[in-house]
Amino acid sequence: MSSSNTLSNPHWTGARSETSFHADGRKGNNVIILYAFTAAALLVSFIADMRKTIRGLEIALKRFLRIGPAFLTMLVLVSIALFVFPEETIARSLTSGSIWLATGIGTLIGSIAVMPGFIAFPLGSVLRNSGAPYMVVSGFTTTLMMVGILTFPMEKKYFGVRLALLRNLLAFLTALAVAFATGLYFGETGF
Amino acid sequence: MPIFLAMSVIYAGFLLYSSIYGFEPGQQMWGNFRDFSLQMLKMMPCIFILIGLFDVWVKKETVERHLGTDSGPLSYLWAVLLAGTTVGGIYVALPVASALYSKGAGTGVILAYVSASAICRIPMTLFEASFLGWEFTMVRFAVSIPLVVLVSVLLGRYLDRKGWVMPDEQE
Repeated sequence: MSSSNTLSNPHWTGARSETSFHADGRKGNNVIILYAFTAAALLVSFIADMRKTIRGLEIALKRFLRIGPAFLTMLVLVSIALFVFPEETIARSLTSGSIWLATGIGTLIGSIAVMPGFIAFPLGSVLRNSGAPYMVVSGFTTTLMMVGILTFPMEKKYFGVRLALLRNLLAFLTALAVAFATGLYFGETGF
Repeated sequence: MPIFLAMSVIYAGFLLYSSIYGFEPGQQMWGNFRDFSLQMLKMMPCIFILIGLFDVWVKKETVERHLGTDSGPLSYLWAVLLAGTTVGGIYVALPVASALYSKGAGTGVILAYVSASAICRIPMTLFEASFLGWEFTMVRFAVSIPLVVLVSVLLGRYLDRKGWVMPDEQE
């Protein structure tokens, strides 16, 4: 394991700056497409039936305001978590120790952390390059996607506390299964 | 609500203190908060406008027929495909799921939609594959999608038996 050179690895910072450029471009395009699509839909709707469209906009506002506080809570939690778990810390804990322990830590960090894909996947490839097995990377990225402790305030507004808990627990188990299957596929588990 | 207000005040106060006295952790948190908020808020108006339009234009019967409790296994395929085209994260999927639910989509189907939107959004998948390789992504898909659908079907049935209703719809 090359955990000691993770931080001094030139790929580390290099990969981040290189990739975020492409990612931002792609992200920007997505947003433009989304706006164009929304504008077109709104226009067609207005022409077809103005009153219906206004009612639709009222519903949009009402729904947005209802979820507003939970949404803001999530943003606050995320801003704190990004500070507590900087990428360097994550990298260090995932490239050392036994594969099982690292997978466990990876799934735990992945459950708590929230990061957009254009940071998470380049980070995953950096982890690979600095010695993390596929199984560890898989556990980390899959829980990152599926389990949301920080988005819990928002999820509980929609699903209620018990279902939100249950869904996240089941998602965590699913992510463990995915990580294990990935380890088997790439022959990393040792059996 | 009072807890939420108190928390916001404390957080805002902490950020303000940090920016005045140059407390670095606070300044970094503000940076994170600002970046992440902007990134999400950019999309939110569109998402909610589209949800509003969906609400007034799409007939309840249509959603019920294709995504309702009695619409069969195909409804789960629709849920996964719809999830693939979803943008953003769970903060987009949840309001969409809520809109679908109020139009008559089944409990299991919206659970499948929310979970699947976490794992198979198309732009995210392309990005993942380009960084970690197609094999990695394919293994993840092959295991996670069937599991997510299976879990959602079972969980949906269980909730329906218990008479579960989405909290949002009780008002």
